[in-house]
Amino acid sequence: MKTLEMKTLALTGNESGAEAMRQIDPEVVAAYPITPQTELMHKFAEFAADGKVATEMILVESEHSAMSACVGASAAGSRVMTATSSAGLALMWEIVYVAASNRLPIVMPVVNRALSAPINIHCDHADSMGCRDSGWIQLYSEDGQEVYDNIIQAVRIAENDGILLPVMVTFDGFIISHTMARVDVLPDKAVRKFIGERTPLHPLLDVNKPVTYGPLDLQDYYFEHKKQQAEAMRSAGAVIKAVGKEYGELSGREYGFFDEYLTSDADFIILALGSTAGTAKAAADELRSAGEKVGVLKLRVFRPFPAEELAAALAGARAIAVLDRSEGFSGIGGPVFQEVRSALYRRYQIPVSGYVYGLGGRDINVEMIASIYGDLKAGRYHEDKAAHFGVRE
Amino acid sequence: MALNLKELSKKRELLSPGHRACSGCGSILAIRQVMMAVEGPVVVGFATGCMEVVTTVYPYTAWRVPYIHNAFENVAATMSGVETAYRAARKQGKISEDVKFIAFGGDGGTYDIGLQSLSGAMERGHDLLYVCYNNEAYMNTGIQRSSSTPFAAATSTCPVGDVELGKTQHSKDLTAIMAAHDIPYVAQATPHNWRDLIGKVKKALAIRGPKFINISASCFRGWRLPPHLSVDVSRLAVETCFWPLYEVENGEWKLNYKPKEKLPIAELFKLQGRFSHIFEEANRELLDQAQAFVDRKWEDLLKRTGDKVQKVLA
Ligand SMILES: Cc1ncc(C[n+]2csc(CCOP(=O)(O)OP(=O)(O)O)c2C)c(N)n1
Repeated sequence: MKTLEMKTLALTGNESGAEAMRQIDPEVVAAYPITPQTELMHKFAEFAADGKVATEMILVESEHSAMSACVGASAAGSRVMTATSSAGLALMWEIVYVAASNRLPIVMPVVNRALSAPINIHCDHADSMGCRDSGWIQLYSEDGQEVYDNIIQAVRIAENDGILLPVMVTFDGFIISHTMARVDVLPDKAVRKFIGERTPLHPLLDVNKPVTYGPLDLQDYYFEHKKQQAEAMRSAGAVIKAVGKEYGELSGREYGFFDEYLTSDADFIILALGSTAGTAKAAADELRSAGEKVGVLKLRVFRPFPAEELAAALAGARAIAVLDRSEGFSGIGGPVFQEVRSALYRRYQIPVSGYVYGLGGRDINVEMIASIYGDLKAGRYHEDKAAHFGVRE
Repeated sequence: MALNLKELSKKRELLSPGHRACSGCGSILAIRQVMMAVEGPVVVGFATGCMEVVTTVYPYTAWRVPYIHNAFENVAATMSGVETAYRAARKQGKISEDVKFIAFGGDGGTYDIGLQSLSGAMERGHDLLYVCYNNEAYMNTGIQRSSSTPFAAATSTCPVGDVELGKTQHSKDLTAIMAAHDIPYVAQATPHNWRDLIGKVKKALAIRGPKFINISASCFRGWRLPPHLSVDVSRLAVETCFWPLYEVENGEWKLNYKPKEKLPIAELFKLQGRFSHIFEEANRELLDQAQAFVDRKWEDLLKRTGDKVQKVLA
């Protein structure tokens, strides 16, 4: 199939997110400011003020109310979005669970930022990783292009009748949100056609068919409902793949659970999320030209966790390093490290080395990543306890 | 529809019987009366609390209208989402009916944990009626103190002990706080005067924009009251001027009822076990303080409303 005429723009990650939102033209958007998400909503508010979207904005008094309003509007039948970072996501936390548990399709860009304390406005993944058990699908983006592409696909994934789960599209605060880069943008019409109209199953506003949302659900049903929710999350994998393929036919950019870069014959693989995957690819390029067999696996979908496919993709490696941009405080290692290790368990005997890096926006560069490949090659693994990498002793 | 019992008795109730409220529950009575005032399509939202729990135990629901419960502190924000979705759908021609929106919260969910959400929703101007069913404590979790609990009342978290004698603060004047939001309609009501209550709800629902009604509703468990007195106590709250019936319409304060003879607060408190300690001779001062507070608030109100009584016309 012929791919469409694309418009090439220079956009920051936040602008790229706003551009996707403009094309989606959600019926309701709730907004509350927090750095580094602010510009995304500034830009979108300009679209609304200029009449470029038909969206009804709810300029709430807190993120807690932002998510609460999204729950109400989504239950009512609207296509709904909001965006946040860090403390904002933490404040929403209770309702983040409610949204997923009521099976409400909501799409939320999360511009990753460290959690307090100490207060810090820069990137790490503590915010979205803190929500990893909330029942939201999570898509991590490497750059502005992926921010755009993921947000558009998220609408289709969330609203799939077999899934009906909210989706977080995350991208790194400042590193992506405030960096201008090339973004290829689809024609408005193509996006509208790709996402279609939302056809809600049991909207509150169908006043002739009254439904009760959010009843008290005790020992005799709660568990069944949780199981259904878990099954929806499991089934989401196939939908994410199908949507990623269809999006590829439309745009020439196909998406799956992860992105494999020079991994097919790699002895040593670094697994990372978000912008660091780009840095790791640059390091792999350098080492490849020096003859080292290294590769990068960039994980896009963290929830649902694609354990089987991921294990198969890593099967040929001699050792793997997993880079976590959040601590997790398990005493063992970050959340990605633990998921990857359990994905490999009894499937393949490959050493998995854990690194916690970049907290509070601490920089990571090509040399640092090259040194991790060096560790793997030398057999210096952090298997029982992840290393804190790039920190002063 | 004329507002009389004969007509009301013919009306299909939107809150169906079979819910699990205690017999003698003042709050369910208040909510039932509110729903009797509704004509046409409505969406109801609830904060977590007794009334949410007793009306929707899965797989049952007592609600014959669309209903959403989200959490404890956010019914106003949730309903602002629903109402905004409605405006979006209207704009796109996806819905043609004229739909009303009512959010309900207990005093805990309204005066305390939900105050920010309520204030935000009212300030943003959503077309939404917020009803606080005010039973003066957190009843669902076992009768803990709220900022609506009256002075000297005993609760599970401010019990009467050897040193402490119930709540040491007076209740917060939330109705005045809502009036200070300059919204088109704010009122106080209580179920013993059903005509006044239903009239207020009808009036509020006819107004576009944010509305707030604070309804005093007894809880015989929490107030330690014989259940058959739940309506009497509601009447006494008005006759003692503890819970005056008034409205604030577009900034104009109107008194809806003035007792012929203002009864002493003791008449209201003596029925309720939560106040029994203040009738002991040694604690007399507490009763005096409670009376002085009610007197001052009543005088304040009269300054705002004037002496003239204006009945609610529905
Ligand atoms: C965030 C949060 N905190 C606490 C609770 C526990 N809780 C549930 S209902 C309730 C009390 C409700 O009191 P009120 O709003 O006065 O309503 P009532 O039960 O008296 O009808 C509390 C404390 C909760 N559900 N959520």
